[in-house]
Amino acid sequence: MARTAIPGGLSARRAWRSATLADRRPETAQAVTLVLDVPDWPGHVPGQHVDVRLTSEDGYRATRSYSVAAPTDGDALELTVQRVPDGEVSTFLCDDLRRGDTVEVRGPLGGWFVWRPGQPGPVLLVAGGSGVVPLMSMLRARPAGSASPFRLVYSARSPEDLLYREELARRAAENDGVEVGLVFTRSAPEGDRRGVGRLRPEDLTGHGWSVDDAPTCYVCGPTGFVESAAAHLVALGHPPERIRTERFGPSGP
Amino acid sequence: MNNESAADAAFDGNVMAGPLSEVFAVDITTAQGRCRGCGTTSVIATLRVYGPDPGLVGRCPGCDDVLVRIVRTPDAVWLDLAGLTSLRVAVPAGVAGVPASSGGDA
Amino acid sequence: MTVTRGFHGRRRDSDARLPPGQHLTPDFPVLSAGPTPLVPRDDWELIVATEDGTRHGWTWAELMALPSEDVTVDIHCVTSWSKLDTDWRGVSLDTVLADVDTAADFAMVHSHGGYTTNLPLEDLLDGRAWIAYEYDGDELAPEHGGPARLLVPHLYLWKSAKWVREIELMLDDAPGFWEQLGYHDYGDPWREQRYQGD
Ligand SMILES: Cc1cc2nc3c(=O)[nH]c(=O)nc-3n(C[C@H](O)[C@H](O)[C@H](O)COP(=O)(O)OP(=O)(O)OC[C@H]3O[C@@H](n4cnc5c(N)ncnc54)[C@H](O)[C@@H]3O)c2cc1C
Repeated sequence: MARTAIPGGLSARRAWRSATLADRRPETAQAVTLVLDVPDWPGHVPGQHVDVRLTSEDGYRATRSYSVAAPTDGDALELTVQRVPDGEVSTFLCDDLRRGDTVEVRGPLGGWFVWRPGQPGPVLLVAGGSGVVPLMSMLRARPAGSASPFRLVYSARSPEDLLYREELARRAAENDGVEVGLVFTRSAPEGDRRGVGRLRPEDLTGHGWSVDDAPTCYVCGPTGFVESAAAHLVALGHPPERIRTERFGPSGP
Repeated sequence: MNNESAADAAFDGNVMAGPLSEVFAVDITTAQGRCRGCGTTSVIATLRVYGPDPGLVGRCPGCDDVLVRIVRTPDAVWLDLAGLTSLRVAVPAGVAGVPASSGGDA
Repeated sequence: MTVTRGFHGRRRDSDARLPPGQHLTPDFPVLSAGPTPLVPRDDWELIVATEDGTRHGWTWAELMALPSEDVTVDIHCVTSWSKLDTDWRGVSLDTVLADVDTAADFAMVHSHGGYTTNLPLEDLLDGRAWIAYEYDGDELAPEHGGPARLLVPHLYLWKSAKWVREIELMLDDAPGFWEQLGYHDYGDPWREQRYQGD
């Protein structure tokens, strides 16, 4: 087997690392961004995730996957967690984890659902609910003035459920090749011309984006959302090999 | 016999990255696996994955056959790859016999 | 061991009817290892195959013609949820196996979709196992194993194979789908036999 230069060595990648909560920022009423301090974090590629492990006093353990929300920034690792009703791990992370508390993380994980800065060509990001998290990491990693246009189509229940709302509006307003299209499934802002409803094929073709631009497509969110969004993309003529998907699990949007 | 699917797989192969990293030193989710049943070659990250409990079951996107099973017990990882005839793992290019010196991604 | 302060996990309840390490759930979680097979009752058949190759078969109508029983039992999933007082209707395996001649000590249960699980034959007898086709007064839903599943409530629920189609009687034990991957061959919840070696 060839030797590869992996920061920290192979064992570092496999090991569970202690991570301390350095900061927490509410994103919506139901979601929070956690900034973890992970000593000697080896860095990650936008789109990758980590496994988070919680251990109770009596040794009980629960492990879940969470996408990294921002590009590598030293030992700081940002995750955004959406509260799942009665969810064992998400409710704890959203409600109970305090600054200075310790969890364990393993990663970075997954080399398929990634966008590497410098990768050429347009990018179409399609997010359902918390599926925007790894896509935000890609968007945030896009260098200013990049020749690769990005379009994010983001489906959420309502404007109040949008993660990163202000930052997305700001990035879209910069006229730097980033477009954001919002889709609301339950309630839309007053005067919204699209109205409410699940993602439709025309949501993916607007703003002059077509199959001919040959974008790489990244689709992420709850399983049902990913299935239907990917099916729309294929029906529109996007070649399956340019569509990458990540399913977060079974749930509503 | 009617074998229609009434429920979709909850996850895709991306979710196996963590458990597989306990066993393999390279990221197996980017490897290509060939299905013993139907011959379809798929990137492991694109398998249709059921679970996570009692274990992760990765099925062929072509024929739904079981390609990968992973169970994590308190002290072991159990791994079954018997549904694959081969696994192609890309490694950084190097001159034959000479280990490549770079190319490792995080 | 790195403990996360304040994390307790899903509450593990203590109730005399709960095996160790289990908690109560009000709903009925669906765990799946593959697509849910949709098996029309018209095509349905239960096979019992003995160690000498003899095959006994029952169509859906034949199963319905056998005497059924209403049972109320507690069920325990290896993933740590338990559900008390669940109501089922089905045919006792004592009835199904009454006229089957065998010297076998073990059974491999085969399901539509390819799932298998192994049990000692004696655990299928003496009023401890059923071919269940109703849950809570309704037809058994496909996601819970309908048209019919095995019900062996004194063992962890992975032994109660959904979408049962064949019971293969064997002289020697052999591991099933999860038993091949580290789960216990017997799976007694009261002895917490989750994994091999437990
Ligand atoms: C690769 C990957 C990356 C992920 N990234 C993120 C992320 O960045 N942010 C984020 O918030 N989540 C993310 N998830 C989802 C996350 O891993 C958990 O599934 C989620 O937080 C629910 O866990 P829980 O312990 O709170 O709920 P559980 O206690 O596991 O489940 C509670 C109930 O919710 C249902 N349920 C299970 N999974 C989900 C789900 N994903 N959504 C809704 N309901 C569910 C269950 O069926 C159960 O009934 C990701 C998942 C994967 C596979």
